[in-house]
Parts: sequence; C-alpha cells; structure tokens
Amino acid sequence: MSASSLNVEELKAAHQGKDRFEMPDFYGIDDLLSEEHILIRNSVRDWVKRELSPVIENYAQEAAFPHHLIKGLAEIGAFGPQLPVEYGCGGLDYTAYGLIMQEIERGDSGIRSTASVQGSLVMYPIFKFGTEEQKRKFLPKLASGEMMGCFGLTEPDHGSNPAGMTTHFVEDGDDVILNGAKMWISNAPFADVAVVWAKNEEGKIKGIIVERGMEGFTTPETHNKWSLRASATGELVFDNVRVPKSNIFPEVSGLKGPLTCLNSARYGISWGALGAAMDCYDTALCYSKQRVQFGRPIAGFQLQQKKLAEMVTEITKAQLLVWRLGNLMNEGKATPAQISMAKRNNVEIALNIAREARQMLGGMGITGEFPIMRHMANLESVVTYEGTHDIHLLILGHEVTGENAFF
Amino acid sequence: MNILVCISVVPDTTTKITFTDNNSQFNREGVQFIINPYDELALTRALEITEKSGGEVTVIHVGGVENEPSIRKALAIGAHKAIRINKNPNDAQEAASEIANYAKDKGYDMILTGRESIDYNSGQVCGLLGAMLSLPSINVVMGLDVVDGQAVLTRDIDGGRETISCGLPLVASAQKDLVEPRIPNMRGIMAARTKPLEVLEPTGESNFSAHQSYDLPEPKSAVKMISPDNAGELIRLLREEAKII
Ligand SMILES: Cc1cc2nc3c(=O)[nH]c(=O)nc-3n(C[C@H](O)[C@H](O)[C@H](O)COP(=O)(O)OP(=O)(O)OC[C@H]3O[C@@H](n4cnc5c(N)ncnc54)[C@H](O)[C@@H]3O)c2cc1C
Repeated sequence: MSASSLNVEELKAAHQGKDRFEMPDFYGIDDLLSEEHILIRNSVRDWVKRELSPVIENYAQEAAFPHHLIKGLAEIGAFGPQLPVEYGCGGLDYTAYGLIMQEIERGDSGIRSTASVQGSLVMYPIFKFGTEEQKRKFLPKLASGEMMGCFGLTEPDHGSNPAGMTTHFVEDGDDVILNGAKMWISNAPFADVAVVWAKNEEGKIKGIIVERGMEGFTTPETHNKWSLRASATGELVFDNVRVPKSNIFPEVSGLKGPLTCLNSARYGISWGALGAAMDCYDTALCYSKQRVQFGRPIAGFQLQQKKLAEMVTEITKAQLLVWRLGNLMNEGKATPAQISMAKRNNVEIALNIAREARQMLGGMGITGEFPIMRHMANLESVVTYEGTHDIHLLILGHEVTGENAFF
Repeated sequence: MNILVCISVVPDTTTKITFTDNNSQFNREGVQFIINPYDELALTRALEITEKSGGEVTVIHVGGVENEPSIRKALAIGAHKAIRINKNPNDAQEAASEIANYAKDKGYDMILTGRESIDYNSGQVCGLLGAMLSLPSINVVMGLDVVDGQAVLTRDIDGGRETISCGLPLVASAQKDLVEPRIPNMRGIMAARTKPLEVLEPTGESNFSAHQSYDLPEPKSAVKMISPDNAGELIRLLREEAKII
C-alpha cells in the first residue's frame, strides 16, 4: 500500500469493498437487542465499511486526522446520541450509544476517541452541569459537528492524580483569568472549544469552557505518537486567558465534575474496545481459513484453534458484560466501579486478542494490509487514558474491600 | 411526483445457503435478511427525485411480518410510508399481482423495482407490473431523471449505452451504478419510529407455480499448483476435470 496519498476519493476507489467484517455473535446476543438497536448498529457498520475503512490506514500511517469524516460521524449519531433531542442530539439509550462506539472503534480507536471526547467529555458535561444558555449555545453545534470540542483534565505533572492539578483561575470583574497547561488532550489541535478543569481561588475544581480565539490560549500538537495516529492529540496552554464567568459550569465543583464525564466515556470505551477485539478476531479467523502451510489451512492446527476459541470466548463474555452494563446505565443504576470493571476487562481482552491475532497472520500481521497492528498500537492508548489499567484495578479493589490503596 | 418503490427482502450476500426437507425448503435458520440491494438503489433514486420535485415515496413489500425490520430500514433511509401485503409470495407473478392490485388506482407517477432480487433472480416483477397496469416498463436502468414531466432513462446495451425518454407514469427497474445507496442516519432512524407502516391482506391469486427442489453448486476446491514445465498435465486437467477445453 502506498501510504503517501491522502486523496479520499482515490483511497475509497482503491479500497472499497475490502472490509468484509462479520461480527461474532456466539451466544445470539442480537436477540437481546431491539430491532432499532440492530438497525443503528448495522447502519454505523455500513458507514464504517464505506467511509472509514478504505481511508483509515493511510491516515494512521501519515499521522493525520481525517477531518472529512466529521460530518458523516455526526450524521450517524456519533456525537452525543444519548443526549436529548431538544438540544439537537439523538435521544437514544445507552445501549445504542455503546453499539455506535463499538462499530466506530471496530474501524479505528482514534476515530472513536474523537467521538467519545465530543459526546461524553464535552457535550455531556455541558448538558449535565451547564446553564441553559450554555446548552443552547453549544450542544446543537457540537451534535452536528459544526463545532468540535476537547476535554482538558490531565496535566504534565498530574495524570492519574488529577486532584493535584495546578491549572487555576482568579476572578477579575465579569471574567476570570486562567493560567496553566493541560497535556495529552485528544482533539486539542483542531477543537473550537475546550472543557477545562481548573482550580478557583479557594482551590476547588471547576469546569470552564474555553473557546478558540481567546487571547493567550494555544493548542500545540503532540507529534510522533505510535498509537492513535489518526487522532490528533495536543496540549492546552493558558497564558493569562480571559474567560467570561458565564463560561463556568455553575452546578458542580470538585473532582465529581470530571469523574462524572469520565464514567460516561469509559462506558463507551468498554464497547469500543470490544469492537477492536472483534475486528482482530474476524481478521485472524478469515486469514487462518485461507492461509495454507504444511498442506492445510492453518485454521486446522490445534495451536491456532486454541487462539481462536479463546478469543471468541473472551469476546462473548465481554459482549455480555457491556450488554448488562448498558441496561444498568439505562436504568441509571450503573456504579463507577461497575464501569471500571467493564473498561478494564474489555480493553485488556482486546489487547490480548490483538496480540494473538497478530501472530496468527505471521509476517502479514506486521503490515498495514491488515488492521490488527493498528488496533494493537491504538489499544495501548486506550488502556492508558480514561484511567489506566492499574487505576481501574484500584477502583475495583477499593469497592470490594472498602480500603483505599491509591495513596 | 409520487413514487412507489417495491422492495423485496433477501438473504445477506455473505449467507451460507442451506436447504431442508429433501432440498425442497430454504433454511431460514441463522440467516440475516437485508433489503434487496437493487431495490435500495431504486429507493435512493426515488428519494433524490422527490427531494428535488416534491412528492412522496411509498415502499411496498409483499411478505411476512418477519420482514418488517427491513421495511423499517427503508423508512429510516427516507421513504415516507410503507405498505406490507401480508403474504409470502411463491413467485414473481404472485408478488407482482399483489403490487398491481394495490397500485392500480393510486396514481403513482413511477413504480420502481430492482432489476432482480438476488435470491431467486427471476427479474420479472418490473415487466409483469407494466403488463398488469398497462404501463411502459423499462428494465435495468442505470440512469433515471425527470425532465419537463418526462422520464429520461439510460441503459447499457451491447457495446454501448442508450438514452430513452418516456412519458409518465411508468415502471422501471434499477441496475447497479444508478446511485450510491443511502445508509440510514440517526435522524432517519428516529423519524422512522413514527412513519406509517400499513399492513394489508392479499387480494391476488396464489399457487401459479411451486418450488420442487434446489441444488447447491459443487463446493469450490483448493487451487491446484502445476509446475511451468508440466504443460501437458495442465491441458489434461483443463480437458478432463474442468471440462472447459
Ligand atoms: C493518546 C492519548 C490521548 C489522551 N487524551 C486525553 C484527553 O483527551 N483528556 C485528558 O484529560 N487526558 C487525556 N489523556 C491522558 C491520560 O488520561 C493519562 O495519560 C492517564 O490518565 C495517565 O496519566 P499519566 O500519563 O500522567 O500517567 P501516570 O499517572 O504518571 O501513571 C504512570 C504509571 O503509574 C501508575 N500509577 C499511577 N498512580 C498509581 C497508584 N496510585 N498505584 C499504582 N500505580 C499507579 C499508572 O497506572 C501508570 O502505569 C490521553 C492520553 C493519551 C496517551
């Protein structure tokens, strides 16, 4: 494959029809979904096959974000589908939201990251904590993709421990003056708005909407990632940025704000990672039936069957986990620890499946002809952001023992 | 401009087909069903035409309740309303006579079908509808426009392409390349919840014909490698096994 061309029409013409993904559904989990859930999922899958799969490898190789996909993502409901219709969103349930994330990440974790950030980390806090005016001003444009957002929590010196953040603001009349820096921020380089978490004069964490163009606000891009290469990551630098007080979320203070958003995003990631796992499994399964060594398809060898049988077992368990979690979310009953369990488990099985699947393709698994190595590298970010694998273990450990082992 | 689009529901193209009852019944178990791809082209083009000129697109399906998810999808793609004639047709004649009975007094400007359904491939509904409704019917079109109240259609012919104009109403069947089929978007899926899907009992005759049995093609065998200096063996295999020379 030539990785030099980012001509969308040429890429689509060259690679159309090559994505022949078929989803494993070993336990007939489709029977647990509604007719509309299946229509939503299949429509997103069709869109991914037509618009995303033919171009994504080249964008990842070139470390470029496919901006042209934003409109289509909005149309298929990738941006805040779970938020109410009155703000231009989908009004769908959490199961539908999860299925959309699954299908997008089946294509690429980087593109799903853009959707997660937009829907769960930017739109959701505006919806949950914002004023009516903020909701009317931002949500419809974010839902339609006319405006893109990013979420600034992590700082150079505060990742797993966001409570220690140093970004802060002081009051000045009707405005506040914001100083500090955020790091590793998805969508930062092109975002029109940033939901930033910063401390006020009393040291309480507040959410504040910073808009592109405000003086002193810059978003330098982070280069040379080996993972999520088709997603743009950057810093948010605030040098005496004057932000009107009307851009602050009045309703929330403390870590509860960012953690509430993270719960929604982590829920979506647990479905998304499952999508990446399914793609790796399906790719390895098809390849193993076709690749002949020692006179027979490698699918006939016990060692390869062990890999495939274990993969489909883990995928089936993960499907059941997120299906149940979706119902808990729909009923408003899901706890942060339950979400941690699903995020932690599903990303881990996805990474393991990616590694096993990659080996099943031998040398072919190393190239961009197949999606596995891209998924594998992407999942290294997914296992790190939104709470590292370790941090989710500590959350679960805390939940079951009542003992805090963070510090 | 009001357009009726006939949709059939067929096994997904990747389905492994099997039969039961001594190869006389198609086995629906575990099969995913989709809107016949050619019908989706007809539907998409019908929507494009009505979006320009106004009017409504109705989809009609002759089949059982189990096919309603596909009808709902047609509504999500953008059709304004749907009719389901509650009967599993045995052949094209049964399907076409139900559609003709329904359409005859509705004054549609166009009735569109796919060139064939990809399950039984009979490719007859378009022609039958033309005959039953005494309308011109134009098969396998890859271009369809309405210009000054006349339809302009293009078709592939041997070694070239023809352009036809035809007064309305007419019946036409869609061929690949007519348009890129639409994928339902979220708004469409939400809107489909409240669009009317009317179920009517059949009025036409049945049992014009019956399926006796089906045969599956021989499974494809693996590639045979023959070394370049063994042309004799290649010719023998082509003659005796493949029987093509
Ligand atoms: C591609 C990418 C995109 C990202 N996008 C965003 C974004 O949009 N917005 C945003 O705010 N952030 C984003 N992040 C940041 C991400 O959330 C952080 O990287 C993550 O929270 C970990 O923080 P850290 O990198 O500072 O690692 P650290 O917190 O320094 O952790 C280093 C290691 O120490 C372990 N560790 C930390 N504390 C403990 C403990 N108490 N006990 C045991 N082990 C511990 C961790 O598990 C990890 O293995 C992104 C990151 C990446 C890579």
